[in-house]
Amino acid sequence: MIEQDVVCPFCGCLCDDLEIETDGARIVRVKNGCSLAEATFMNDTRLPAPIRRTEAGWEEISYDEAISETAEILREADRPLLYGWSSTHGETQSIGVHIAELIGAVIDNTSTVCHGPSILAIQEVGHPGCTLGQVKNRADVIIYWGCNPVEAHPRHMSRYTTFATGFFVPEAQRERTVIVVDTRRTDTTNIADEFVQIEHGGDYAVLSALRAIVRGKAHVIPASVAGVAKEQLVRIAEICKNAKFGAIFFGLGLTMSRGKYKNVRNAIELTDELSRHTKFVISPLRGHGNVYGSNEVFTWMTGYPFAVDFARGIAFYNPGETTAVDILRRGECDAALIVASDPGANFPRAAAAHLAKIPTVVIDPHVNATTALSRIHIPCTAAGIDAAGTAYRMDGIPIRLKKVIDRGYPDDAEILRKIYDRLDGGMGP
Amino acid sequence: MTELWVKNACVIDPIRGINGEIMDIAIRDGRIVESVSDRADVIDAHRCLTLPGGIDSHTHVSGTKVNFGRYMSPEDMRAGRTKRRGKMHVTSGYYVPTTFGNSYRYSAMGYTTLLEGAMAPLEARHTHEEFTATPHQDMLANTLFDGNWAVMDAVREHDVRKAAAVVAWTLNAARGYAIKLTNPGGTEAWGWGDDLTSIHEQVPHFAVTPAEIITTLIQANELLRLPHSVHLHCNNLGKPGNYQTTLDTFELVPDLNPARQSLYATHVQFHAYGGGTWRNICSKAEEITRSINSKPQIVMDMGQIMFCRTMTMTADGPMEFNLHCLHHNKWSNHDVELETGSGIIPVTYSKKSAVNCIMWAIGLELALLTKSPWQCLLETDNPNGAPFVKYPEIIGLLMSKRYRDEECATLHAETEKRTSLWALERELDWHEIAVMTRAGQAKALGIASQGKGHLGIGAEADIAIYPIRTDMVDPAREYRKVVEGFQKTRYTIKRGRVVSRDGEIIVDGANATFWVNAKVPEDIRMENDKEFIRRFEQFYTVRMSNYPVQDLYLPRGRCIETEAML
Repeated sequence: MIEQDVVCPFCGCLCDDLEIETDGARIVRVKNGCSLAEATFMNDTRLPAPIRRTEAGWEEISYDEAISETAEILREADRPLLYGWSSTHGETQSIGVHIAELIGAVIDNTSTVCHGPSILAIQEVGHPGCTLGQVKNRADVIIYWGCNPVEAHPRHMSRYTTFATGFFVPEAQRERTVIVVDTRRTDTTNIADEFVQIEHGGDYAVLSALRAIVRGKAHVIPASVAGVAKEQLVRIAEICKNAKFGAIFFGLGLTMSRGKYKNVRNAIELTDELSRHTKFVISPLRGHGNVYGSNEVFTWMTGYPFAVDFARGIAFYNPGETTAVDILRRGECDAALIVASDPGANFPRAAAAHLAKIPTVVIDPHVNATTALSRIHIPCTAAGIDAAGTAYRMDGIPIRLKKVIDRGYPDDAEILRKIYDRLDGGMGP
Repeated sequence: MTELWVKNACVIDPIRGINGEIMDIAIRDGRIVESVSDRADVIDAHRCLTLPGGIDSHTHVSGTKVNFGRYMSPEDMRAGRTKRRGKMHVTSGYYVPTTFGNSYRYSAMGYTTLLEGAMAPLEARHTHEEFTATPHQDMLANTLFDGNWAVMDAVREHDVRKAAAVVAWTLNAARGYAIKLTNPGGTEAWGWGDDLTSIHEQVPHFAVTPAEIITTLIQANELLRLPHSVHLHCNNLGKPGNYQTTLDTFELVPDLNPARQSLYATHVQFHAYGGGTWRNICSKAEEITRSINSKPQIVMDMGQIMFCRTMTMTADGPMEFNLHCLHHNKWSNHDVELETGSGIIPVTYSKKSAVNCIMWAIGLELALLTKSPWQCLLETDNPNGAPFVKYPEIIGLLMSKRYRDEECATLHAETEKRTSLWALERELDWHEIAVMTRAGQAKALGIASQGKGHLGIGAEADIAIYPIRTDMVDPAREYRKVVEGFQKTRYTIKRGRVVSRDGEIIVDGANATFWVNAKVPEDIRMENDKEFIRRFEQFYTVRMSNYPVQDLYLPRGRCIETEAML
């Protein structure tokens, strides 16, 4: 059977034009997807059943047992952490928030190690952005800053920006100027009309220089800023000011390098400055397929996009204190539930090491590095493959992920609802 | 079968012409009936003021931009927070509360139905997800068409039928309720960083004017027999001198529907400014209300501002950018491909600002100068003018000249010279307030026939019982009691269940979402229109098949079907 217009759940692009061929129980072919999409749908190896660590190694246990024990671990904990959420659908995220509220836990999502700094910057100065279709149909200047979409978001350029045919940009490749800012050459810089190579940690200075030039203060700029010649900066400022519609996309090269959220703030303020000359927008390139959805769901339920601490009864937010990495690094947390993410692979060593010291439960379709640190791993459906649900694209557009096959696994929302019921019983989420 | 008997209620039910009668209300299975058995639960209202559940016909509580208002404002989330308690979830926020915060606080004030003021169809799924998490009010969504490419193409081709067909398809796909135009044409221009300054200026690249968009969609709206009229946020919001644009717009409106208005003009306070700069801005409420008083085909709402810190959020992207250039605070913008725009900035309305004081006075003038309360409804464009929790204060101000005088004495000295508020003696009565907070909304939205906004036999049993004895309170003098009384009902009843008692939510919510399916003839359905499909697939960034909102996003969807006259 061939299903059309399938949504790829892997990255924040949520491309929704895939064609998936199944033979009932298996996916046999993926069309239109990038290599990451193909791997997502085709290399989908899962545990057959929940497993628990024993002195002698792993043992298989029933779902009931795994769920009971997880509920027990959470009930016993003084400072539980519920982390992850970005590769599953909104219903699961919503139940996660209700569990956190019920037991006074900290709940955090993967923004904490990716675009958390972007959120802090937005909370200071706002976010002038738009949906990706605005860029596709209008933009004649595209800037990729501190990111490598060719490898990380392979279809971003062909679906939404550089190579996409837009209503006002019918000959995309000829009509769009692409500027790439990075510290090194990548496959993305190879496509650039202007490659701006800056020294490590130089983003803030370069953004400040561009702001000054756009403001008409080019005379205060030295001959070179963080390795970038003044002439190039002046030229880029001119390209931006003369654009009909300019769009900046940025990645972890900006958020996680020296300056962190101040870099992003500076980039937003450059966008603001350019908006006084022409149309300009800026957007983070979000990684996990539904990380933006976890921000959205957390926000309408608790008021905050990530790092929410319910220990006081109310929702409390203080990134740096209530963020997962910090709770773990301080050794504060005494139990962890990890859903739809892999902190074992991308948290700092001290934080990951603490996960191994405490009872950690993983609910995830796939075995990953966190499994090795955990006490229990409960396999479940993968949103967008064998479970349907809502995901939010990197620009905020809500899309319904489809279920293309049935593999007989329980939905992670179902598992969490059972955990919730064991913890409370009274009030349905 | 569940039964409830409310006895000794002092009922004001304007749609049925009841004004302060002491009577009993019988409820069975969520609806009002003639009588109930003696097994019914009994509530003794003790002759307290009993009204149909409150209806907000223009509020921003759910969806992309509201949630972004929360997202960017941890400072506001800290400003109002409550713990989980009984049936109540944790809440955060004061001027953009979390969904549960909105729902509980509206319920405590006796509100049972809300119209979300602006939903971009492309992001409709988000709005509906938040509706589900706003459990104690029935919800309806204004659906944005101000910059809709297919609509503008039809307008340019003078094809009203086609415009109607696009609207019908989109409302169905978005599970929307009504046509909303926010700065028509201006939001498309903002796609290039521009705006339109007159209703006769052409939208770049589309060769249509706001006036043409407005008049075409007013006609299309009636062809589709939609329950509500076109819901318009006029061009030039917030600009000194904009009253002329507003009057010009009102002149365009024909009287097409005997049952209700043909145009709903929202937050008109923001559109009633004279002068030409911020230095000489003045009130043109008299001119605006003179027009309204002579045009029964138009209903407006106040767009009252109150002195406080709040958040402005609208699909009117260019307006928000202009405001940002004045305030220099944080600014968010979110344009939506082929459809509309939006912007968000926080503001503080201060008594030290002459402009803010004049705005405050204009809103009240509009309400006091409009002869029929059915034509000027009470709201703040929540949270743009003020968070909705300020409504009771506005009621107090409208009912008491003394209260207004006391407030006016604290305002910027320029206010008296540039508005006529000081001279207005009118004090609204209980009946007029009931019209302006529920009956008028039900009629304007076209939901009285769905059993909303009145307490007739068969109506939905949405009822608010306030701790106010109208025979014992003189609102002109004891306005504090009025304000306090409207802040917290003794009972809010939603579909026959007591959901809130003395401000405390006591049950899980089970709201419904109303939406409209306007059926158009096969030959002009957009899903059969090859050119529409081609352009959709080429220029949107989601596939057409993935665009419509699935039914499961409306767990208690209530579809109103209409047969279009096409």
